[in-house]
Amino acid sequence: MTVSLVQTALAQAAGEVSTGEAIAFWILGPVALAGALGLVFARHAVHAALLLVLTMFSIAVLYLVQTAPFLGFVQIIVYTGAVMMLFLFVLMLVGRDAKDSVIEVLRGQRAAALVFGVALAVMLVGGISRGLTEVTPAGLEAGGQGSYANVSGIGRLIFTDYLLPFELTAALLMVAALGAMVLTGSQGAQHSKIGQRETVLRRLRGEHARVSPLPGPGVYATANSVAVPALLPDGSIAPESLSEIIESVAVDVPDTTTPDAHALTGRPAPDRDIEAGEASDTGEHR
Amino acid sequence: MNLLQVPPAPADGLTHTQQLLADDPIWLILIKVVGLFALGVVLTLFMINWERKVVGRMQHRPGPNRTGPGGWLQSLADGLKLAFKEDIMPALADKKVYFVAPIISTVPAFVAFSVIPFGGEVTIFGEQTVLQLVDIPVGVFVVLACSSIGVYGIVLGGWASGSPYSLMGALRSAAQVISYEIALGLSLVGVVLYAASGSTADIVAAQATGWYFWLLIPSFVVFVISMVGETNRAPFDLPEAESELVGGFHTEYSSLKFALFFLAEYVNMVTVSAMAVTLFLGGGMWPWPLSFLNAYGWMQFVAFIIKILLFLFVFIWLRGTLPRFRYDQFMKLGWKVLVPVMLVWIVAIFGIRAFQTSGGDNLVLLLSLIVFALAVVLAVAFLLPDREVEPPPVEPASDYPVPPLDLQVPTAPPKRRKAVPAGKSAGEGND
Repeated sequence: MTVSLVQTALAQAAGEVSTGEAIAFWILGPVALAGALGLVFARHAVHAALLLVLTMFSIAVLYLVQTAPFLGFVQIIVYTGAVMMLFLFVLMLVGRDAKDSVIEVLRGQRAAALVFGVALAVMLVGGISRGLTEVTPAGLEAGGQGSYANVSGIGRLIFTDYLLPFELTAALLMVAALGAMVLTGSQGAQHSKIGQRETVLRRLRGEHARVSPLPGPGVYATANSVAVPALLPDGSIAPESLSEIIESVAVDVPDTTTPDAHALTGRPAPDRDIEAGEASDTGEHR
Repeated sequence: MNLLQVPPAPADGLTHTQQLLADDPIWLILIKVVGLFALGVVLTLFMINWERKVVGRMQHRPGPNRTGPGGWLQSLADGLKLAFKEDIMPALADKKVYFVAPIISTVPAFVAFSVIPFGGEVTIFGEQTVLQLVDIPVGVFVVLACSSIGVYGIVLGGWASGSPYSLMGALRSAAQVISYEIALGLSLVGVVLYAASGSTADIVAAQATGWYFWLLIPSFVVFVISMVGETNRAPFDLPEAESELVGGFHTEYSSLKFALFFLAEYVNMVTVSAMAVTLFLGGGMWPWPLSFLNAYGWMQFVAFIIKILLFLFVFIWLRGTLPRFRYDQFMKLGWKVLVPVMLVWIVAIFGIRAFQTSGGDNLVLLLSLIVFALAVVLAVAFLLPDREVEPPPVEPASDYPVPPLDLQVPTAPPKRRKAVPAGKSAGEGND
C-alpha cells in the first residue's frame, strides 16, 4: 500500500509515468525489497551480502530507467563493484562456515537499536513526505541540458556550484584512507616483514627449530603425494614430514621400524626385532 | 572555449548516431543482439584455436592440426565435448551460489558488447542504422560496470566451491580486479576529457583528426597493462595460477559450468580489446593510405575486427613470452606505479588543457613551459641527497660450521700475481 501511495504521489508530482517505467518499477521494486528483507533474515553472512548486492543492482537499474545513466552506472561500479566486493573479500577471509553469532556483546544493544531505528524512521518519513508534497520536480529540461546531456550537466555543477562540498568530501575520503593506512602500517617493528636474509641469519643463530627446511613428503618413498610421509634411508617414517593438517595415508612401507643407524652398513641392528613392534603404527607421529 | 565544454548538441539533445539508433525497429535490434552474441562466441572459438596455434609456433611445435581444416575446428570439438562431460557438484559446495556463479561471470561479458561501436553507418534491409546496439552518454562506464559485475562470478565461484585452492584464487581475483580497475578508470579520464563525451560513438568521432593513441600515449600504455590485469590473463593470471593453485577459482568446476567460465574469459578479452580500439585506435577508422575506405560502414567494421585481432595477438604474445608475476610484485605495479603515473598524467592534461583554453595556441610557449617544468623536476631530483644505504650488519655465525659472513678472501700473494697472464686482474676471481 505504501509503495502504491508513493507511486501515485510520484505520478502526480512528475506529471505522468510511462508504461515502461511502471513495468520496470513493479519488477525492480519487489526484487529490491526482497533483497533487503533477505539481507536481514539470511543466516549466512555471504548470502546476506549477495542479497544486498541484488538490492543495490535493482536500485541502479531503476536509476537507469529514470534517465539517470551516470548515477546508475556509478552505483554499479562503486557500490556493487568496489564496496560490496571488499565486503565479500572480508567475509570470505573469515571463512565459509562462520555464521552470525546470536550472543549479544554490547550491553543495551537492543534498546539503543530500537531508539535509533525509530528516530531514523521518523526522519525518513518526514523527509520523504516533505519531498513528495512540497517540492516540485524541476525535470531534466530545466537545466537546459536535456536528458542525453545530463552527464555533462552533472559535471559542470560539481565543478562550479558545488565545488566546495565536492572537495570537502574528497578530503574526507582521503583522510579516511590515510588514517586506515597509518593505523595498519604503524604497528611497529614487531609486525614488520622479515626478509630472506634475516630469516637465514635467524636460522643459523638457532632461533628456529632446525636449520634446514622440513623434509618434503615422499622422500625415498614410493609415492610423491603430499599425504604420503617421507621415509628415512632405513625405511622408517620421518615424523617431521607428516603434515598436521592433512590426513596421512598409510604408506606401503616395506619395513616400519625406528630409525636405524646401521641401515646403510648392511649389518642388522642388534635389538631391531624388539623395537619394530612399537613403531609400526604411523599414527602416533601425527 | 570553456574547460568543461559541452559538445554542441542538436535541438533535442541527441547526436546523429543516437537518432539513428533510436529509429531502429525492433527486428533490427533483435538482429543486432543475435549478431553480437554470435560475434562473441565465434571470436572465442577462433581465439582459443589461434592462441594454441601461435603459442605452439612460439614453442616450435605445430599446435592443434587434426580436427577440421588445418585444425581450426579443435575448439568447437572441445566445446562440444565439455557439454557432454559429467557435471560434478562438490560435496562442500554452496549449491545455489555454485550454480549461479558461472552465469554471473558470462552475462556481463556479453552485455559490455552492446556499447561497442563496431562500424559506421550501414543499411540493413533498407533500414539506415549504425553498427552498434546502444549509444548512451556514459558508454565507457558500461564496460567498467560490466567488468566489475563479471568478477563476482569468479569470486563467488571460488568461494562456493568449498576448496582452499578455489578460495585463494577468488581472493586473489577480488584484490586484483579492485586494484586494476582504479588504474583502468584513471586511464579513461584523459580520453573522456579530450573527447568531451563519455559516449563511445562520440569518442570515435572525436578521433577523426588524430587517434588518441598518439595524443595520450601514457593513458594508452596504462590502459593496455591494466586491461591484461583486469581479464586475468598471463602474465597477470594469478587467480588461476596453475602451478600454485591447481586451477584457481575454477578448480572444482566441470562440464558446461567450466565452459561458461572459459567463454567469459575470452569474451572479456574481446571486449577490452574492442574498448582499447574504441578509445585509442580510432574505432573503425582506417589509417591514412586507406582512409578512403572510411566512407563505407562495413569496411569500418572490417577495420575494427582487424584492430581487435591485433590486440588479441598481443594477449597471446604476452602469454607465450612472459612468466607469471609474483603476487606482491603485481600489486606493487598496480598501486605504486600505474596509479601514481596516471594521477600525474591527469594533472598534466589538466594543465595543458587549461593553458590551451586560456592562453591561446602558442605551442612554443607551451612546449618551453613543459621543458622548464621537466628541468625543474630533474634538478630537484639531482639535488636531493640519495638515501644512505646502511651496510648490512655482520652477524656472528652460529655453532654450525659455516664461514664467517664477513669473510674477506685475501688477494693472491705477489708471486702468483705475476704468474697471472696480462689483461686478467688478480682480484677478479676472488670476490
